Amino acid sequence: MYLPDKAGRRRATAVFLLPSLVGIIGFCILPIMGSLFFSLMDYDLLRPMESMTFVGLKNFARVLTGREFRGVLAHTFTYLGLYLPLIMAASVGEALILNKSFRGHGLFRTVCYTPVITSWVAAAVVWQWVLSGKYGLLNQLLAAVGIQGPAWLSSATWAMPGIVLASVWKDTGYYALMVLAALKSIDPGYYEAADLDGASGARKFFSITLPLISPTLFLLIVINIIYGLQVFDSVLIMTDGGPGGATTVFLERIYKYAFVQYKMGMASVYACILFVVLLVFTAVQFWMQKRWVNYDA
Amino acid sequence: MRRSSRMRLVRGTLFYLMLAVILLVTILPFLWMLSSSFKGQEAIRTIPIRWIPERPTLEGYERVFNMQGFSFARASLNSLLLAVGCTVAEVASSAMAAFVFAKLPFKGSGKLFGVYLATMMIPNTVTMVPNYIILRSLGLLDTYTGLILPFLGKAFSVFLMRQSMLGVNDAYLESAFLDGASLYRVFWKIMLPMVTPTLATLTLISFMGSWNSYLWPLIVLTSTDKQTLQVVMGNMKGMYKNNEHVLMAGAVLTILPILAVYLATQRYVDQGISLGGLK
Repeated sequence: MYLPDKAGRRRATAVFLLPSLVGIIGFCILPIMGSLFFSLMDYDLLRPMESMTFVGLKNFARVLTGREFRGVLAHTFTYLGLYLPLIMAASVGEALILNKSFRGHGLFRTVCYTPVITSWVAAAVVWQWVLSGKYGLLNQLLAAVGIQGPAWLSSATWAMPGIVLASVWKDTGYYALMVLAALKSIDPGYYEAADLDGASGARKFFSITLPLISPTLFLLIVINIIYGLQVFDSVLIMTDGGPGGATTVFLERIYKYAFVQYKMGMASVYACILFVVLLVFTAVQFWMQKRWVNYDA
Repeated sequence: MRRSSRMRLVRGTLFYLMLAVILLVTILPFLWMLSSSFKGQEAIRTIPIRWIPERPTLEGYERVFNMQGFSFARASLNSLLLAVGCTVAEVASSAMAAFVFAKLPFKGSGKLFGVYLATMMIPNTVTMVPNYIILRSLGLLDTYTGLILPFLGKAFSVFLMRQSMLGVNDAYLESAFLDGASLYRVFWKIMLPMVTPTLATLTLISFMGSWNSYLWPLIVLTSTDKQTLQVVMGNMKGMYKNNEHVLMAGAVLTILPILAVYLATQRYVDQGISLGGLK
């Protein structure tokens, strides 16, 4: 690009970049190194910085060999194991409906998206009441068809499924729109050809739709794993990691260690482990997006 | 022919059945919240459910506004201020940086942009603890400045803005230079107006994200009079055990403003979703 004055350009470049560099270096790059650093330290937030001592891999050893960490892994896997199939089925179902034209389409779309724009705090407070043992909405509906529902959030077995139900309710609208975009990109020619051959609706779904949207579905699974590993707001509000530590997850641990027990070292160990796991999945996501998602729209 | 028309009927019925189920599941928790918020302490515990309160009351809402130690109105105002602050910081800083990466390349700018892209792999949740310690050593804990600062560096926003700016033809900018405009003026008067759709989308995603955020304000802000709506709502949960009508009134009041923003700007928000934002 033609530019009049060299010195002026250099100055302007610096001015334009400065705020963003402060943010990226000061609150992204420096902190990620900080996480690594603090994970090797014994540091109590309430005591002065000078009292910090180097303990090497002791914090890691404590976390990795402890029962608590196995619990965190188990709860996270339970969450993902229940959440992934439900969210995928729900968002594909919703997207298939959104892909048809019918009266009230716009309203339907808006309603589906309302849980997504609702804050997790409000949603979790509402769902805590929905899942309430005796007077809650869900158990009253279940009772109407003769099923006695569990005391969801106060039961060690049912608390995590309860959180999953709330999450699926909240997230379906978001992922449905992503599936919808994939559905819209399918060439209608495939369906016309299948119609000529007399293929049934189910046949068309399994032989055309599903294979053609499968890249998007894989991408969604990876994205869902990334967000699932970071589940927090719902857990903190709905169960606070309980009952009896039955729903402890990564971020809940980081939060509790850092800001309830002030053990920055232990919190950072969880942060570092989470980071490494997320890094793997994020790398996969980027690789997939590069191949399949077009940002130039 | 008769068989195929019956098939169509079955499929149509199935379609509307599925539609109804999804609609009901989505909307029932909201109706439940709304209905409970207009009930009194005893009326919320009835079997079977009464969707229309027998004696509607605003008691829940009154108690939300007359909370001990917290001001709901104040918290709403704080949330609004902070959401605007975070949004302005993020959008302005990202647009400025994107302008450099898109139109003012220098030696090493490609590499620097690569570093930006790499930072997209670092989630906020992992940098939270060190960021807290950084703010503390700067004496910025419990301040809005401290809460807003990290929003200056958002690589994904820079990436989105750069994509959009790359599509603007250099000739527009060059002709402005020839007329004697400065780089700042070209950025403000020519570049920004040409990328308004992306700017609008980014502004909305950022605004809604900040309005709804919970964890970061929860740890940075400690004074009760500075806290945001989401944090106060979270605190209410502990204060109003067994007073679900008060909690539901609070939830209604927390959701309504952002719902209004969404309804007014749906077009841009939907665009944002397709770009992978807002989550």
